[in-house]
Amino acid sequence: MPSNPPPLTPRPEGLYCPDGDFFVDPVRPVPRALITHGHADHARAGHSAVMATRQTLDIMALRYGADFAQSTQVAEGTSRIGGVEVSFHPAGHVLGSAQICIAGQGGRVVVTGDYTRTPNAACAPWEPVPCDILVTEATFALPVFRHPDPQDEIAKLLASVAAFPDRAHLVGAYALGKAQRVIMLLRAAGYDAPIYIHGALQKLCDYHIAQGIALGDLRPATVARGKKGDFAGAIILAPPSAFAATWAQRFPDPVICFASGWMMVRARARQRGVELPLVISDHVDWSQLTQTITELDPAETWVTHGREDAIMRWCEMHQRKARPLRLVGYEDEPE
Amino acid sequence: MIGGFADLLERLAFTPRRSLKLAHLAGYFAATPDPDRGLALAALTGDLDLRAVTPSLLRALVAERVDAELFNLSYDFVGDLAETIALIWPVTGASQDVPLHALVDELQRTPKTDLAARIAARLDTLSPSQRYAYLKLATGGLRVGVSARLARQAVADYGALDLAEVEEIWHGLTPPYESLFHWAEKGPKPVSAALAPFRPVMLSTPTDAETLTALDPADYVAEWKWDGIRVQAVSERGTRRLYSRTGDDISTAFPDVIAAMEFDGALDGELLVRRGDQVAPFNDLQTRLGRKRVSAAMLASHPAALRVYDVMLWQGRDLRALPFEQRRRELDAAVQTLDPARIDLSALLPFEDWHRLAALRGAPPEAVIEGVMIKHRASPYLAGRIKGHWFKWKRDPMLVDAVLLYAQRGHGKRSGYYSDFTFGLWDGDTLVPVGKAYFGFTDAELKALDRFVRDNTVDRFGPVRAVKPEKVVEVAFEGLNRSPRHKSGVAMRFPRISRIRDDKPASEADQLEALLRMLPPQ
Repeated sequence: MPSNPPPLTPRPEGLYCPDGDFFVDPVRPVPRALITHGHADHARAGHSAVMATRQTLDIMALRYGADFAQSTQVAEGTSRIGGVEVSFHPAGHVLGSAQICIAGQGGRVVVTGDYTRTPNAACAPWEPVPCDILVTEATFALPVFRHPDPQDEIAKLLASVAAFPDRAHLVGAYALGKAQRVIMLLRAAGYDAPIYIHGALQKLCDYHIAQGIALGDLRPATVARGKKGDFAGAIILAPPSAFAATWAQRFPDPVICFASGWMMVRARARQRGVELPLVISDHVDWSQLTQTITELDPAETWVTHGREDAIMRWCEMHQRKARPLRLVGYEDEPE
Repeated sequence: MIGGFADLLERLAFTPRRSLKLAHLAGYFAATPDPDRGLALAALTGDLDLRAVTPSLLRALVAERVDAELFNLSYDFVGDLAETIALIWPVTGASQDVPLHALVDELQRTPKTDLAARIAARLDTLSPSQRYAYLKLATGGLRVGVSARLARQAVADYGALDLAEVEEIWHGLTPPYESLFHWAEKGPKPVSAALAPFRPVMLSTPTDAETLTALDPADYVAEWKWDGIRVQAVSERGTRRLYSRTGDDISTAFPDVIAAMEFDGALDGELLVRRGDQVAPFNDLQTRLGRKRVSAAMLASHPAALRVYDVMLWQGRDLRALPFEQRRRELDAAVQTLDPARIDLSALLPFEDWHRLAALRGAPPEAVIEGVMIKHRASPYLAGRIKGHWFKWKRDPMLVDAVLLYAQRGHGKRSGYYSDFTFGLWDGDTLVPVGKAYFGFTDAELKALDRFVRDNTVDRFGPVRAVKPEKVVEVAFEGLNRSPRHKSGVAMRFPRISRIRDDKPASEADQLEALLRMLPPQ
């Protein structure tokens, strides 16, 4: 059971472990950082020493250059750092993503980072890690978020491609994780045509392939040699920011699609000018979050970022001790 | 099935383009059997008469199943009651698709006291998107960007029918419109049994001074073009209806006009708000539109009146084949018998040549006149927009030079282009937004504006970009109304960007005061 002093404490730099003298996913440069996964708001450049999974370290090197930290250490098995033992466990969020378990005098704490329990062919599946304190994300912590089966969403995309063979389908998907997830879902649905990708996705797709994720035939979405009509009927993946760029002007009458958990809410989809919303999320939805708390049955639940009000209320209704950390610096609405 | 209807609503809600909405609707009509497709059509045209399921009934329902605080947090986020309930409703088992007609029938037949329980039981067996469609159906107001006319157009498209013919018989038909769909599928045209049906109206084509020089002025008559709404007033054997030019029945909003329709026939004219001889600005008419009930105070302060310019039927005789001049004589005689406070004649303008008419058009006696109508003396009353018979010669648009303030990306073919612009005028040394425009420019001008927005963005608000206040555009618009909802206090009608004024620095754009001077007198 937790005792004084608490095993983790929020500081402006991020979540701090006094007994190990390190931060988890700090948002400012620190001497020692443990990183859950490679998304930019969790994995930042400029720390002195970084410990993360092999894949997360690789991804950080791809994004920030090989010198993103003074020293790096691959998380393997259980490591002792100061007065605590730490171990990394798959989180199912993106390739390399991990939950970090910190065991010390204060008991066992699991920091989930971002996670989902929905199977994801682009990375290792989430594992339950028993703990005394669960430090969880709450990105989609409202009872309206019960994400549908992603394969059904992909079926919607393929039906639209069949219905509009003259239009290009432009799917907004973030470069790390979501893009590869969408590609794997398309492949699982039997779509084996070439998939075109925006240049910003190239490096990370190549890395996934090198790690044994069979993304199939990917081609650059360039018109250097071709004409607008060449992309009729094609599926093109791009980071959503590309839709605002002149880049989008090259495609024939595009159907703007967006793969995100936020697409459950119609106003969100319309706000972004999305014609085909695809509810595909890399985060736990409300059902998964409450199920996780129920199954792990921690003595306390701490909420790092997202919509903590509703999950605090749920914990109160179920007589569970909970605490909002209100960490700043993480994107309110990633995906 | 409610599932198919839910899919349709979802597609329509996210499809910005009219042609694609029509394609989605036609596809739905083709794939859906009777009576479901007709009920869906009625839901879209607002002709489905259901017991009003109130928001408070739904709130009470959900309160029994979901913690109030959790619901409120969710509702705050989602922003739409039906959608919040559809998403948050606890799942009890596998969802089960049911025919739309079963749900409609149940909503119509269930006694009020059992209604809440029936709705709850239905929500238990539907999927989230089906729940959404069901709740939208039950509460009315689908809000999917489909007008009644567009829905009728889709039926016409589906059966390769003439829209005017569909509109003519529409008011004699009732949901689920099986005879209409039968006709669309090569069956016989339904015979309208309704009294006082809508008849397709005759439309005009735009013209200008240059085009008119080729015509002999002696062959034509001219009238003022009033800025009201085009209506058809039909009274047959005691049934009185007032239709918009698209065939929508607007009778309930204008009981004062209906009461004055002491005739048997069909008149074509302009609906206006008129106080004595004074025709009020369009804005006053707008406050009367779209109401289910009109208060006595509103009837007194905003009295509606008809200014008629044609007669289609009179006392059982169809006059539409007669030449205009003969119809006009019939009309003159007919109006003599009616209450002049409510129904009067559109005057014919005296002119010998086009110059004289141009002079009249240039100096209309009232601000609510938006140009002149020119009609061939020999024209029969023809449905639709047939060239060579009726012309509209609108007054020149009003113009201001405004500064671009914000831009938003467009949809479909304009994906990736900043094509929706907000512009402003000077109020002292600040720029006040006065309107939005998303057409009027050429493709080349769009590219130039898009480039300007990208190179001069100073701030971003979601999909909207604020730009450096440097680009001056000429904005043309058809009229101006007072509007407390707008920061500037005015709302433009049909604003469009008519020219890019690269020759003008922002400091020389117009003052808000100059725009306010263009307002009609109060």
